[in-house]
Amino acid sequence: MELDPVLLSRIQFAFVVSFHAIFPVFTIGLAAFIAFLEGLLYRTGNPVYEELSRFWTKVFAVVFGMGVVSGIVMAFQFGTNWSVFSYSAANFLGPVLSYEVVTAFFLEAVFLGVLLFGRHRVPAGTHLFAAIMVAVGTFISSFWILSANSWMQTPAGVELRDGIFHMTSWLEAIFNPSFGLRFLHFAIAAFLTAGFVVLGISAWYLRHDKATASSRRALSMTVVLMAILAPTQLVVGDLHGLDTFKHQPEKVAAMEGIWETQEGAPLLLFAIPSQSAERNFLEIGIPKGASLILTHELDGEIRGLKEWAPEDRPHVATVFWSFRIMVGLGLLMIVFALAGVVQLVRGRLYESRRLLRIYTWMIPAPFIAVLAGWFVTEVGRQPWLVHGIMRVEEGITPSLTGGMALFTLIGFILVYSAVFVAGVYYLGRVMRAGPESFKAEDEDSGIAKRPLANVSTRLSEGDEPWGIPEGK
Amino acid sequence: MELIDLTLIWIVILGFGVLMYVLMDGFDLGVGILFPFAPSNAARDDMMNSVAPVWDGNETWLILGGAGLLAAFPMVYAVFLPALYIGVFLLLAGLIFRGVAFEFRFKANRSRYIWDHAFNIGSTVAAFAQGAVVGAYIQGFQVEGFQYVGGPFDWLTPFTVMTGLGVVTGYALLGATWTILKTEGETQRWAWRITPWLIVGMLAFFLLVSVWTPLTNERVFERWFGNIEVLWIFPVATLAVCAWLYQAVRKRREGTPFVATMTLFVLFYIGLLISMWPYAVPPEHTFWDAASDPGSQLFLLLGFLFVIPFVLGYTAWTYWVFRGKVGNQQGYGH
Repeated sequence: MELDPVLLSRIQFAFVVSFHAIFPVFTIGLAAFIAFLEGLLYRTGNPVYEELSRFWTKVFAVVFGMGVVSGIVMAFQFGTNWSVFSYSAANFLGPVLSYEVVTAFFLEAVFLGVLLFGRHRVPAGTHLFAAIMVAVGTFISSFWILSANSWMQTPAGVELRDGIFHMTSWLEAIFNPSFGLRFLHFAIAAFLTAGFVVLGISAWYLRHDKATASSRRALSMTVVLMAILAPTQLVVGDLHGLDTFKHQPEKVAAMEGIWETQEGAPLLLFAIPSQSAERNFLEIGIPKGASLILTHELDGEIRGLKEWAPEDRPHVATVFWSFRIMVGLGLLMIVFALAGVVQLVRGRLYESRRLLRIYTWMIPAPFIAVLAGWFVTEVGRQPWLVHGIMRVEEGITPSLTGGMALFTLIGFILVYSAVFVAGVYYLGRVMRAGPESFKAEDEDSGIAKRPLANVSTRLSEGDEPWGIPEGK
Repeated sequence: MELIDLTLIWIVILGFGVLMYVLMDGFDLGVGILFPFAPSNAARDDMMNSVAPVWDGNETWLILGGAGLLAAFPMVYAVFLPALYIGVFLLLAGLIFRGVAFEFRFKANRSRYIWDHAFNIGSTVAAFAQGAVVGAYIQGFQVEGFQYVGGPFDWLTPFTVMTGLGVVTGYALLGATWTILKTEGETQRWAWRITPWLIVGMLAFFLLVSVWTPLTNERVFERWFGNIEVLWIFPVATLAVCAWLYQAVRKRREGTPFVATMTLFVLFYIGLLISMWPYAVPPEHTFWDAASDPGSQLFLLLGFLFVIPFVLGYTAWTYWVFRGKVGNQQGYGH
């Protein structure tokens, strides 16, 4: 069997990006939450905030670690698998990614050291400053990386001469047409992700009568924010969709599952799109719904996929279903965030055991929604690498063979699986220990009362020769 | 733009960035390389704690190198990475395992030995891969137009294996002298003991590289022996620094060995640049061939000139915050 380096590289890139994406989308929101907690601690001196901040910083450290190592891969993957694309787009992508490193990565990495290890080595105000810098760093990072991605969706400010993109306007390229709404949509998604994780974990502690004081505080703080952000996301998402309709109509046609150009297109709730038959099976929809949403007219025209040649269409079923999963989960988040605020106002939030259980069950929801949204936008861009200008197969590394691409694909899957399983396992351990194990006085007093008593930093001397597991 | 050679400025900036990476991640990779030889688990804890607050920032210089190459010398990026495809994968896999080991090791009980291995093997593989990259750069690449056209294992030759092992040894020396600086007691005594052996190993590789490189690469041969009246200064300086280093170790000076080892690396680095100048993608393309548009170089340069001083400033500040010995009290207690 002939191995196709393009297909394998696409799978590899999709895998690495998807794996990587779930970490920053969580840490961006969490970093802001930690900085906020540190700020409250600085102002009020309330130990509840220190307990919360210490606990979530511990979680942050594990997740950030996994995000960093998987992110390093991406800085080099452009070159290893997509060298023609890298070379072509270097005039734009190079500076943008470099700016991400110097304005964001250094900020995160260096101040994270102070945030994690410096609480008693620097003044309280400086520690707060470090927390803020980490949060700012994660945010700046998403600015640049979304600009780069957005440019591949709606390229601007460049002209292609002899296979190389040359800059005509930096402002137009960085702030390309779809950048603003895409960035806003992503930023809100990041806050929703962290927020729903905090909700879910706090709810779990409350149901198990652990860390009650701090969990109540975290729950009520977060549920209000979520009740504001989740509906906002619906509006921003809608605007982003309208924007996509303007710039990448074939992507929207795939999202809506519309094959024929039509006026008064229905909003499909369910369908099984078939790429080869060029139609949907088992359609269930709201008449004229899609036209109403996208054109704000009942009889507005929506261009169908058949206006594009079959080889220029994205894979409809993937886009169609990813979109529905994202929207469905988004609606669930709105419902339960609002329900939480209602209970909070009634003074019954901490006793609403059913709602608390739902929050815990919903922890995966924002991650799945983010990945689904990512699939919509990236699969929907296909077959283009740079929309309308450079096709995916044109960007591949010429010396890359299918065998090499397969080798590294399997390699990354194995490495990431090992890291992911271990990371989730240790996160589970941190979670089980809970915020109460991070009470303020623990840390100074040395080894015995160290957070996670079963995880002392020092083993007693000589009881375990290197390389032999304890207890053997 | 005729008065200012942007490309030359970028060579200096990226050259500086790569040197920063080698010196800074070099010592924390070195700590990982030496990990299994440490005298006790307590010593390993000390070693890991000595780099825990700073390793992440150190490694960021590598990402800067990658992104900076793409920005200023896209041809280097587009040729080196495909040519070193398998090697890059090994480097990344190594960095992944050692990176997560920092977080996971201190949360593990029975599985701690796994993360000890991950930290050690990951660091060693990453260091070896970096050394092999240097060797491959000296060797040259098969290029047509602006793309690599050779095979997947062209980079892997006896010569690159040798440069790979050389860098592993060099990083280990950096790691050992860093350990001298940052620890005390048993851990430090052990570091004092192994440092002379690492100096000997380092010198052996220096000798090997000095003989083998001109035999591998004709251009280097001509450059070295055509300018012998100037270039003899490198081996002499190397020997002098090694003697300084050895004396410092004998006299138990805690800071000097680390400084001396870094000086050695600076020397080697300058030596490499002089030998290869002006080729970015040997044997044919110079840095000027490999450069991106002047507009892109300028756009990034303006930002760098503003931002990099801040980066250096707060990086230096964190080293200051975490100065002094790694004691028993300050563990991985975040």
